Amino acid sequence: MNYKRRKWVRLFPYHFFLIAFGFVMVYPILWMVSSSFKENAEIFGNASLLPGRVVLDNYARGWRYIGKLTFATFFENSLLYTVLATFGTVVSSAIIAYGFARIRFIGRNFWFACMMVSLMIPYQVTMIPQFIMFFQLKWVNSFLPLIVPMFFGQPFFVFLIIQFIRGIPQELDEAAKIDGCGRFRIFRDIIMPLCVPAIITSAIFQFYWKWDDFLGPLLYLNKPKLYTVSLALRMFSDPATSTDWGAIFAMSTLSLVPIFLLFVFFQKYLVQGISTTGLKA
Amino acid sequence: MDSNARAIARPRPRQALADNLAGYAFIGPWLFGFFAFSLIPIFSSAYFSFTRYDLLSSPVFIGAKNYAAMLRDSVFWKSLGVTFFYVAFAVPLRLIFALLLAMLFNRKSRLMRLYQAVYYFPSIVGGSIAVAVLWRRLFKDDGAINSILAVFGIDTHISWIGNPKTAIWTLILLAAWQFGSSMLIFLAGLKQIPESYYESANLDGAGSVRKFVSITIPQLSSVILFNLLMQTINGFTVFTQAFVISGGNGDPMNNTLVYALYLYQKSFSYYEMGYGCAMAWILVLIISIFTALIFKSSSSWVYYESKEN
Repeated sequence: MNYKRRKWVRLFPYHFFLIAFGFVMVYPILWMVSSSFKENAEIFGNASLLPGRVVLDNYARGWRYIGKLTFATFFENSLLYTVLATFGTVVSSAIIAYGFARIRFIGRNFWFACMMVSLMIPYQVTMIPQFIMFFQLKWVNSFLPLIVPMFFGQPFFVFLIIQFIRGIPQELDEAAKIDGCGRFRIFRDIIMPLCVPAIITSAIFQFYWKWDDFLGPLLYLNKPKLYTVSLALRMFSDPATSTDWGAIFAMSTLSLVPIFLLFVFFQKYLVQGISTTGLKA
Repeated sequence: MDSNARAIARPRPRQALADNLAGYAFIGPWLFGFFAFSLIPIFSSAYFSFTRYDLLSSPVFIGAKNYAAMLRDSVFWKSLGVTFFYVAFAVPLRLIFALLLAMLFNRKSRLMRLYQAVYYFPSIVGGSIAVAVLWRRLFKDDGAINSILAVFGIDTHISWIGNPKTAIWTLILLAAWQFGSSMLIFLAGLKQIPESYYESANLDGAGSVRKFVSITIPQLSSVILFNLLMQTINGFTVFTQAFVISGGNGDPMNNTLVYALYLYQKSFSYYEMGYGCAMAWILVLIISIFTALIFKSSSSWVYYESKEN
């Protein structure tokens, strides 16, 4: 009893510091959420986390946005882009990863090296020629330039899944082969089910990156009816026109809901993904 | 080579053919994407960097004029300066916070997971436009930050975003705030250090500073190297946050005009695609130099445990 109490006293400054500093860390987000329930006049020059009077009006005003478009359109666009891009990335990356991890073919090491090098080229280099290419294909102002390339594998996730497949005992493949399984069946029925953790990690990170993606939509989507949530928020908060901060914060808060849910339900995968592969979030 | 050994090492010719076909079938999608979305664009970018190209008319070869123009472009130098300043402060600040917090978290307690979640959360939401928009509001003259400072008796009425001297610091602070993922990587590294090292140091009467310098830092040095490299590369290509916080044009007075933002402006606001490509290659050069320097320096400070025990 006495020992326990002493331990508690000794650890008190430690926990006090972590809680206080943790509060500072999440304060901006809490302030944003609370401001989304405040009246506009209350937002300026006010650091309080408690709205004087809780109003839901901001959400209604924000949702209607400007003109005929509502945030329903932008959420639909974001969801379409994110889900298709994530699906394409995960499926194609898994297929490619199996090829690199399990099949011996001429030039394998060379192509693998090419893939790893391409991972290090900054996006700024390929951004302009890609834009020119998609411009000539008349794909600008559609989701095609954002989604189609995702169906050809993303090196980062290919690498992540390769590492995972290498951990699966080769004997399983051999046994299946003896039973008369072809390459594709081995991939689909044996390797894939065992890869589920790596697939989930890839899917979570890609969903999260695509939901937050800004530069891609900024380049390719120039019509308001095609805007993703990120683009719409940025339009909405344009310094030249915006004054309705209550409405802006209401929509900002809503835009974080999918990310927040991902964080709550898949925290284990997020933390493991970052700790083991150095994935950047 | 012994023909017997050969037969074991290599699959039968027929099998080899099937393997080659299967291999290329599986990596085929990547191979196509690699040529279409990486290799061809890379070569085109190198070519365009020697042309004048406005997207609508065909590119005109002008030799190294884009690169020469860059040398005289004061905005280019400004953006380079802003980016160096950003990287020089944002990267070390983020890594120091990450390391210190990781060390505090490296112990057993039921609360650890909750604490980690709280500290990691800003990294999860930090890349969003919502947070960038929020940041601009927080640091305005009538924003929440000034209200908080006023509570502590510091009366500032400046707009941190609008003041040319402080604007870049709001971006640096935003980067430092997102130390969560580096922290998790450090934490994974710290957990690898054998407890026995610290125990024997205790027996020798080493203090906590001594243990930090002589055990933690050397044992963690390869993780530090990894984090330093990744964060430096990310730092040089920062775009979205600067775009939103500066209102898209590097305001005030180009003091938040980071390199990637100027590159974007040149290419997609002024349609000087050739100039943009040339800038992209200078960015590759800068990143390569820094990566090489960090690697070269690492031989003197990264500690590799000898494999033979």
